[in-house]
Amino acid sequence: MTVLLEARNVTKVFSSGGLFKRKETVALENVSLSIKESSPSITGVVGETGSGKTTLARLLLGFIAPTEGKVLYKGGDLKRLSRDERLEFQREVQVIFQDPFEVYNPFYKVDHVLTTPVAKFHLARSKTQGRKLIEHALQAIGLQPEETLGRYPHQLSGGQRQRIMVARASLLKPRIILADEPVSMVDASLRATILENLRKLNQKFGISLLYITHDLTTAYQISDNIIVLYQGSVVEVGDIELVIKNPQHPYTQLLVASIPVPDPDQRWGQDSTPVLVSKTSAKVNWGCKFVGRCPFGMPICGKDPPPLFQTDGYRAVRCYLYKDASVIAGNAIGKDVGPKR
Amino acid sequence: MKADILQVRNLRVYYQTSLGPLKAVDGVTLSLKPGERFGLVGESGSGKSTLALALMRLTKPPGYIEGGQVLLDGLDLIKVSENEIRKVRLAQIALVPQGAMSSLNPVMRIKDQIIDGIKDHLKKMPGSALEERMHELLAKVELKPEMANMFPHELSGGMKQRVCLAIAISLSPKVIIADEPTSALDVVVQRQVMLTLGQVQESLGVSILLVGHDMGLMAQFVERIGVLYAGKLAEVGSVREVFKESLHPYTRLLIACPPSLEEKGQFKGIPGLPPLLLNPPSGCVFHPRCPQTTSRCSVKIPSLKEVYPGRWVACHLYTEVKR
Repeated sequence: MTVLLEARNVTKVFSSGGLFKRKETVALENVSLSIKESSPSITGVVGETGSGKTTLARLLLGFIAPTEGKVLYKGGDLKRLSRDERLEFQREVQVIFQDPFEVYNPFYKVDHVLTTPVAKFHLARSKTQGRKLIEHALQAIGLQPEETLGRYPHQLSGGQRQRIMVARASLLKPRIILADEPVSMVDASLRATILENLRKLNQKFGISLLYITHDLTTAYQISDNIIVLYQGSVVEVGDIELVIKNPQHPYTQLLVASIPVPDPDQRWGQDSTPVLVSKTSAKVNWGCKFVGRCPFGMPICGKDPPPLFQTDGYRAVRCYLYKDASVIAGNAIGKDVGPKR
Repeated sequence: MKADILQVRNLRVYYQTSLGPLKAVDGVTLSLKPGERFGLVGESGSGKSTLALALMRLTKPPGYIEGGQVLLDGLDLIKVSENEIRKVRLAQIALVPQGAMSSLNPVMRIKDQIIDGIKDHLKKMPGSALEERMHELLAKVELKPEMANMFPHELSGGMKQRVCLAIAISLSPKVIIADEPTSALDVVVQRQVMLTLGQVQESLGVSILLVGHDMGLMAQFVERIGVLYAGKLAEVGSVREVFKESLHPYTRLLIACPPSLEEKGQFKGIPGLPPLLLNPPSGCVFHPRCPQTTSRCSVKIPSLKEVYPGRWVACHLYTEVKR
């Protein structure tokens, strides 16, 4: 079984500040994940603002290099790909960004984002063939080519623009699409359509998806498995049904309990976790990162950082509450721990 | 029964465009009781933020208030002079803005930003009293006293939103307008901020108008809800009734929209697109997207009528209650 895209024990530290007041921010700490070639899946990556979700996406895309660890594409280190391999990587790993407004150049027609990849990767022999390819890609996600092509970005709605980005990503017949908060800036009614498009790409064209979001409900709707990040560490990972329906890490439990349910009879429970956590006091350099907010804190939590415990077949939790379970290595994520199918 | 603290009557807010006026808010009538939590929901472009700003007369050109009344405790805010409305804002009707990140001054300390508004309204208040008031406010929104000396960039998004909340309650207003106060925050922080807002609301007895698009949040927080579609109210009622038995077809679709953790399956969107307000459809503005449309809908504009006590709906499917 070959692995398409893999992050192996990746750590990313950003340093900022001047010569004397150097400040280091650990954005990601020892994170591993792998996307297998067989059985295309949808993996949700959730976490709050600043948990390292976008850093992970940028590392996997090769936009930034990890401080420690490696990002591998088909077994080859991203840093050492040859020219041809790099081109293949750029075609086969596509991305959809959060903001459907910023990705377009307002002076170009929207066709530009579709014709450029066709030309760059020599997808078509002639202009008419290229045009056909683009129209196919648009129709596949339910857009009318005559209503979208030839227009400027400001003439289209946010939802349409984001769907063109989905079409652009699928145009290249990629193996993997990284979607970084693809629906957080579009309306609830259009959100559904875009998520449906993404699911179709996965099921019909066998494209694996990494769905990065802070919205647990949509992650639950489309993902097969899930990775929960907290301050740069994986706190819980595994099969989506297990993690959402029966969350084990106190942070995941808090996340699930905080979703506002659209039912006036089902009120939010009283908050058992401390409301106020200043950024500085929450970030501890020893022990579990969540200990400052955790209602189940034990003496050991403040001393040693917990490893990942494999609590059931398809799930691992970074929490000492489950210390009786067997410890698994971080880089086993996605290999031993993952969806059933 | 207590008298309404805020009454909005046939409020119309238009935007001047080269193609004629765009009716962003088109004849909205609603009222808030003292201490009530009222929610206003709608898709983007439905006019909810325009309405929220117009209630404080903060509409900026090319927008303008075409007509109607906003009665705050009997005082028509649309008619009063610019000087008078300045005295009313913050002191009697306050706003918690959408993007807390961008509504605080980045080069001013938190304490100065909180004191700023109080000073402007109560010019004779001595410095020590101001300081004391500021600390009281910080405590009310559950911020630590040492945060008074910090700058906005040193605070997280949730904390910044709390600062905005502290500013909004600094003069104990009668009405707080919260325009999507948590849309930029993640669920955990959102819940904490909303719980604080609820506590503050209860302790001050202030009315809250919560503007937003998140039906889940509305169900959790408000008592009564108004559904805005294309600048018009489609339905008004108690939150339980509206959720359990929504009358307007649009409300029904809106409630079915958000994905839940219970069922996994088909995503439900609302078919079609929101109408172009420059050239709205004839008759009921929702009829091109409505699953229950009849021949009457494309001809006659439905008025908001009370179908039974406390339940208002603008739809031809329902007839007015006989009195």
